[in-house]
Amino acid sequence: MLSFIARRVGLLIPTFFGITLLTFALIRLIPGDPVEVMMGERRVDPEMHAQAMERLGLNKPLYVQYGNYIAQLAHGDLGQSLRTRESVWSEFTSLFPATLELSIAALIFAGVLGLLAGVIAALKRGSLFDHGVMGISLAGYSMPIFWWGLILIMFFSVTLGWTPVSGRIDLLYDIPPKTGFMLIDTLFTEDEGAWMDALRHLILPAIVLGTIPLAVIARMTRSSMLEVLREDYIRTARAKGLSPRRVVFVHGLRNALIPVLTVFGLQVGTLLAGAVLTETIFSWPGVGKWLIEAIGARDYPVVQNGILLIACLIILVNFVVDILYGLANPRIRHQR
Amino acid sequence: MTTQAQPVAADQSLLYPSPLKEFWKAFARNKGAVAGLMFMIVVVFCALFAPWVAPFDPSEQFRDALLTPPSWAEGGQLQYLLGTDELGRDLLSRLIHGARLSLLIGLSSVVMSLIPGIFMGLIAGFFPRILGPSIMRLMDIMLALPSLLLAVAIVAILGAGLINTVIAIAVVSLPSYVRLTRAAVMGELNRDYVTAAKLAGASLPRLMFVTVLPNCLAPLIVQATLSFSSAILDAAALGFLGLGVQPPTPEWGTMLASARDYIERAWWVVSLPGLTILLSVLAINLMGDGLRDALDPKLKNAI
Repeated sequence: MLSFIARRVGLLIPTFFGITLLTFALIRLIPGDPVEVMMGERRVDPEMHAQAMERLGLNKPLYVQYGNYIAQLAHGDLGQSLRTRESVWSEFTSLFPATLELSIAALIFAGVLGLLAGVIAALKRGSLFDHGVMGISLAGYSMPIFWWGLILIMFFSVTLGWTPVSGRIDLLYDIPPKTGFMLIDTLFTEDEGAWMDALRHLILPAIVLGTIPLAVIARMTRSSMLEVLREDYIRTARAKGLSPRRVVFVHGLRNALIPVLTVFGLQVGTLLAGAVLTETIFSWPGVGKWLIEAIGARDYPVVQNGILLIACLIILVNFVVDILYGLANPRIRHQR
Repeated sequence: MTTQAQPVAADQSLLYPSPLKEFWKAFARNKGAVAGLMFMIVVVFCALFAPWVAPFDPSEQFRDALLTPPSWAEGGQLQYLLGTDELGRDLLSRLIHGARLSLLIGLSSVVMSLIPGIFMGLIAGFFPRILGPSIMRLMDIMLALPSLLLAVAIVAILGAGLINTVIAIAVVSLPSYVRLTRAAVMGELNRDYVTAAKLAGASLPRLMFVTVLPNCLAPLIVQATLSFSSAILDAAALGFLGLGVQPPTPEWGTMLASARDYIERAWWVVSLPGLTILLSVLAINLMGDGLRDALDPKLKNAI
């Protein structure tokens, strides 16, 4: 097991350096003069131009620049936002809980509904329900979620008035951020109804973000369940007189879950990319919206290291999933 | 053997259906795939003949008919079949011209990533010592970022626009072609026919492109179809974020972005472009399923 983990860590390091190379190249590849682009004006005063080049370290050879970049990262210095003058790291950490809360809510929605729909579809193979689930999940998989969000807003917020249009909580409430999770923070306040309000803000974005994972999980659960139900041990379990429910959920689903869990891990990347779109539609103050705004404002330090942070996050999650998968399945562990 | 009893003069084409016929038979068994194909034929027709099919010019503004609802809704006019947008432009005409753009982006990004992808995959498969692993590491790094995020990053460098959208999407879909090609090549390299070709003195390029590549094409065709649909989705998403094709060009995602402000007053400017995206992507995915069933029976039960 240890050597398995060591091998995975060994793969992690070059990937990390590759990502830093990518984000490093990001600023150097901007067409035109980076200082002019960053200051947003043409023909900068030559003296200021030289100063800016000096400050950004752009006047040194590339390998020195890259070395400095890595040294900076090693010190935990991710630079400053050009707009707010705040450090990129503190902006990221203050916005990330919002994205995390949204993603967890989306995963719960997708996981519960997807597993349920997948299991039932597998049990009633060929039925109308099965065809319905497969059809809907194919549509969900093809869904442009930015449009899906607008449609849901149009129906539930504008026409029916059930849910708010945007944000995490009504401006009426002043919630001091403790954990950063609105659903937890609102529990600590005196305000009645703050928790419900936060929940109502969360529902639509979570559904929108969870749509594609839901479709993938439902399809995956169905096909994996169908495969497992054909196994001999299921027949044995049935033959020894276990209740059908026990056979399906304990003997069947537990084994069918292994591939589904991997899909869960793979969906983290999809979720973070989807968060960019979902947060833009619902004005959800998370890292996705932050990144898009930074691109719009040409706030390059934020773009550069925001992407680096998100990429590292995804690599880490995939790493953890890999390890867990190795723990669960010895065949993977001993593979070369 | 009863077949020997048949007259020798029997038409051989009856005994052995042509590969094309066989392919069509397997493809047509999947009804969804046929429906997707038919929808796509309509879309391709509209895109090819957009100036003749569309009732109006996509950028012509009818100032006296701003935000007209579709013809069947209350207040709709028959000449604007699907209504007009906030500047009085005919929505149907814009959608038809948008099909042109989306198909163009999809097609060119698939070509731009398929060719280098196959090439790199072949090299990675044929040189498994140093070159192969280093190519694969590079692809792993690219796969570590979600495709839309990587595309956003690339567009952030190059600037928004049609060509940069195509480049971003092509770069993003490169790793899956490289991986697929390499995996298929590795599977074929140990086969007897490859050894035979080597012994017969086939040169490396000949081995790569003439001997091995044709046997690796099936999964690549399926992947190309699937990445065609995700290219359309990603292009629309970039357009929606304001990073893709810029207005007033009638691109589906860009149209949605400008429709956001009218969500309370004009449902048609919001729902119709998105519905078009959804249906096109769905149709291509259905076709991809059918292609996979027909070309690659091994994958039939996979997702």
